[in-house]
Amino acid sequence: MKAARRAAVPLLGVAIFLLVWEIGVRALGVRSILLPAPSLIIEELAASPGWFAVQTAYTLGITLAGFAVAVVFGVLFAVAIVEWKILDRLLFPLFVALNSVPKVALAPLFLIWFGTGAEPKIAIAFLIAVFAVVIDTALGLQSVSPDTIDLAKTLRGSRLKVLLRIKLYCALPHLFAGLKVAMSLALVGAIVGEFVSSQRGLGYVILTAQGTFDTPRVFAAIVILAVLGVALIAVIEAIERVALPWHHTNSQRLK
Amino acid sequence: MIAASDVVKRYGDADGVTALQGVSLDIAEGEFISLVGPSGCGKSTFLRCLAGLEAPTGGRLQLDGAPIDGPPERLGMAFQRDALLDWFDVLENVLLPADFGGYGKKKYEERARQLLQMVGLDGFARAYPRALSGGMRQRVAICRSLLLDPRLLLMDEPFGALDALTRDQINVDLHRLWTKHRMTVVFVTHSITEAVFLSTRVVVFTPRPGRVVADIAIDLPAERKLAMRETPEFGAYTSRIRALFEQMGLIHD
Repeated sequence: MKAARRAAVPLLGVAIFLLVWEIGVRALGVRSILLPAPSLIIEELAASPGWFAVQTAYTLGITLAGFAVAVVFGVLFAVAIVEWKILDRLLFPLFVALNSVPKVALAPLFLIWFGTGAEPKIAIAFLIAVFAVVIDTALGLQSVSPDTIDLAKTLRGSRLKVLLRIKLYCALPHLFAGLKVAMSLALVGAIVGEFVSSQRGLGYVILTAQGTFDTPRVFAAIVILAVLGVALIAVIEAIERVALPWHHTNSQRLK
Repeated sequence: MIAASDVVKRYGDADGVTALQGVSLDIAEGEFISLVGPSGCGKSTFLRCLAGLEAPTGGRLQLDGAPIDGPPERLGMAFQRDALLDWFDVLENVLLPADFGGYGKKKYEERARQLLQMVGLDGFARAYPRALSGGMRQRVAICRSLLLDPRLLLMDEPFGALDALTRDQINVDLHRLWTKHRMTVVFVTHSITEAVFLSTRVVVFTPRPGRVVADIAIDLPAERKLAMRETPEFGAYTSRIRALFEQMGLIHD
């Protein structure tokens, strides 16, 4: 009961926001081509739910694929640079330099390389998301307390055991923080990819609707993106709760 | 078993800090040695040298006639902060040395449970460390250090953060474990009472740079009871050590 009430608070915030929006648009007589009222956006969504679902599924697929590649590559890269200092010195500056290039600027290049299918969009989602995974995982792997390092030394454990039993667990809370950021960024990357070239997806919906001044449809796609972003973060948080039963942030949530 | 002669530990270069200045100390198999001294006197540094976590910069430090160059085999160690792994439950934590040593966790599970029972934690095998009090956590850490039946147990102020009552109880538990297993223990502490209560010998360090100023054999009955601390014999030892601290200007009325 208490949990249900707490879950309702953010929804209440959304409801108030929408209500003010609706009343404001109607009272001031704002034209729907500039800012459609929430009721009009809902109407737009309700008119062709199947079509919107297909576009959403496409964007979701790109996002998750880019995210998955970012997580696998990001964690492996972080382990490599933390475990082998020479790789850190060799590759990390290069990695930072590459990350400093605006990824949006690379999108046209990816079209040349990968064509106009899903691959260039996944590549952009991956590129935008991977930095957060690498930085947070590397930070986490290095956050082992001095006592724990001494303990591992006195137990004469192999480097692999130290990595698998200690460092990776230490990294997990940081990794999950990075995953949340990476997921949001992967969604951004997917939309950027669709902007550059696509016949499908929410980015494509926004771009084509904008071309015909169909503002309610633009907003409909934006609303779906917002809900999708919140849902994806919520899924990661749910996984975090299950995967890290020992972690302090979870105990606070249980109270 | 352990032979230290003129052990020196300096950090940094010529104008660095000297932590140990010529420590000489022999420890026989099965002894319980306490190292006492003011904060920062290098007793923990000496312990870390014994553990092979740090190398002396001078002198000779040998275990069974061979120089210590890395953590020796069959070493148990307990730390100031218990160094339990939060992500494993109590039983997994106690079994960690078996896992790291590659001896197989299954084979040691029975022993781990016995150790936990000896310190009154048999009901907590599947609890996470977060759920335990400071005293319980430190007991788990002691069980972990004893799992592989160590020949040498090094303890670095393991009870410093515990309240007085818990500390008394854990002292009794530790004494019982030592009586049963008879491993060699080197125990670093600030508490004179604790040192005398547990030890066969108490070694007093000077302020930094640390040297051994006194090496006192504790000739008290083998079985130690808390009440023994009120006896005149016990008091004689504690006042003698306290007098040494006063002479060094560390405490005064």
